[in-house]
Amino acid sequence: MKQLVFIFILLLTIAIFIYSISKIIALIKLSKKAYPIKDIGKRIMMTLDVAFFQSKIFRRPVIGFMHAMTFWGFLVICLGTIEITIDGIFGTERILSKLGIVYDIISASGDIFGLIVLIAIIAFLVRRILLHVKRFEGVEMIKKHHTDANIALSIILLLMVSLLSMNASYCALNSGKEITGTYPIGMFLKNIFSSMEESTLYVIYQISWWAHILLVFFFANYLPYSKHFHVFMSIPNVFVSRLEPLGKLYNMESVTKEVRIMMDPNLAYATPGADAAPPERFGVKDIEDGTWKNYVDSLSCTQCGRCTSVCPANITGKLLSPRKIFIDYRARMNEKGSKLLKNKDYTDNKSFIRDYITEEEIWACTTCNACAQECPVNINHPSLIVDMRRYLAMEEGSVPTGIKMIFSNIENNGAPWQYSPQDRLLWAQDLVMNKN
Amino acid sequence: MEQETVKVDVPVMANLFAQGKKPEYLFWVGCAGAFDERYKRVTKAFAKILTHLNIDYAVLGTEESCTGDPARRAGNEMLFQMQALGNIEILNAYEVKKILTICPHCFNVFKNEYPDLGGNYEVLHYTTFFDMLIANGTLKISSDIFKDKRITFHDPCYLGRSNNIYEAPRNILNAIDTTNVEMKRSKSFALCCGAGGAQMFKEAEKGDKEVYVERTEDALETKPDIIATSCPFCMTMLTDGLKSKNKEEEVQNFDLIELVAQALNL
Repeated sequence: MKQLVFIFILLLTIAIFIYSISKIIALIKLSKKAYPIKDIGKRIMMTLDVAFFQSKIFRRPVIGFMHAMTFWGFLVICLGTIEITIDGIFGTERILSKLGIVYDIISASGDIFGLIVLIAIIAFLVRRILLHVKRFEGVEMIKKHHTDANIALSIILLLMVSLLSMNASYCALNSGKEITGTYPIGMFLKNIFSSMEESTLYVIYQISWWAHILLVFFFANYLPYSKHFHVFMSIPNVFVSRLEPLGKLYNMESVTKEVRIMMDPNLAYATPGADAAPPERFGVKDIEDGTWKNYVDSLSCTQCGRCTSVCPANITGKLLSPRKIFIDYRARMNEKGSKLLKNKDYTDNKSFIRDYITEEEIWACTTCNACAQECPVNINHPSLIVDMRRYLAMEEGSVPTGIKMIFSNIENNGAPWQYSPQDRLLWAQDLVMNKN
Repeated sequence: MEQETVKVDVPVMANLFAQGKKPEYLFWVGCAGAFDERYKRVTKAFAKILTHLNIDYAVLGTEESCTGDPARRAGNEMLFQMQALGNIEILNAYEVKKILTICPHCFNVFKNEYPDLGGNYEVLHYTTFFDMLIANGTLKISSDIFKDKRITFHDPCYLGRSNNIYEAPRNILNAIDTTNVEMKRSKSFALCCGAGGAQMFKEAEKGDKEVYVERTEDALETKPDIIATSCPFCMTMLTDGLKSKNKEEEVQNFDLIELVAQALNL
């Protein structure tokens, strides 16, 4: 009976999860192509460094350490979750114990990390609820996002409590007998249960077991709708993130084609179909112009705000907040993307630019890359900001006055200022140096 | 006693090419290097150092044109690519192999972005170039004029975060023999001067402070005698910052090139 119930719940969990993920995959497919994923070796190294060793998380050492412990704990505890699932399906008892000494290591580290993660999560909750942390504030941090964060943390808290009580009641139940696996924290906590009857202990153990795994199932299906989806997305996002130096902007091939024709009109005739291609919008006005990477970035963002906290524009009181761009991008994709899947010509007379991100925000960026440098999951904010500028500059010609002037100066005299190219060598006239 | 001087001839690519010569390096002066009154002093200092070291180089002179960087970062990809393709045509016509830049923005565009349009060169920012020459003994500095000076280095974004060049500028400072003091935000944590991404050419958006003031405060916290940088735009911004703090008399703002030239007594 227990097995049947378990299998039913598991299948239901998987079905809901597949439904949620298939919607997200459809939206990824709806997005424009970005860059090919090559150099797998380099990507693995980058993933090890940034994701598994948490190199960017440690740029803030104290809170970074707590996150790293939580992350590593999550990986270890995942093994335990796999075991519970197998046990649930087949009605087995601690199936991984067949691994022998390895099982002792897995069970002991899961048990110890259970306590470490619990402590870290309590610290995170205290920090969010009681302390005033500037980077958790800002216009984009509406109540909904704070609630989301607190729900996610609370679920993890309950996951750890149920895990520890499962281990402790298991140790208490088998007091004096041989215990499968090693549970240093469980052995210590079993004293709480020392006066209880065996039948009571059994109930506690069963409740903990079920509570833990049901929370896991619930959490898995909560995540696709939460900012905490980064649990699933951050490692893949790091893996597919760009390998080039942060300073590089990608070339717009569609523009290259046009410029080459402009510079050599013969090309227009020589390239078959060059003028037959459907005109594509330059830059990003709305989510259908963005790439799959922009969307995957938005799914990976857990709103930690490290980007915004180092943004020179934001620090000096401007509207721009790199975090807001990706929170808004995901929101806009949810609003419009699903409608676009049903009808590709769908319009709601709104757009990402202006209805979500104002021109004032877009023009405040210095492309200094501090945000991208800081992002623990390798989101690239400046490239999306420049793509929005590309739309404003090339499709609408809507640019600040100073920018308009440098465009015309560069076009007319090959410099952002109004100087003649003939004067480029004036500095070299009558140049002398000391004889040494 | 007045020091004896010698004339510095700046070789121009077209002239050398007409004589059948192909210099090893193209020195890309950049728009700020050619036109900005303050930064022209840096350009001159660089030409002096190249001459002093007998580097085989030339400039494009009147044939040089904006790399297109500010246009690209302000969204005008069309204009950027027109500039880029035009420049690549000239560079390839002169069979340029190695480019030396003083501006990190020019450096970034040549190194990371021109290859997409068929412009493949070995691109060196002068900080890396000097670092190399110091390491191999070509550039020898044995002056103690900066010995008692506190110098803080401001990392330009397009050198640092954008291209991971953090040590080269510091190695140059060490070679000059100065007292280096780091700002609380330095290297990959450095705060932008506020000029990147074409901000240099427009009014800042509404806010409660100018970015360059915030960054100048970082620099002033180290109680420096000199704020050093290696980018024309950072230079402009930090100079403005010093003026806004009425510190332009007490604290000087130099490019590393100028410090090297002074240390070499050029």
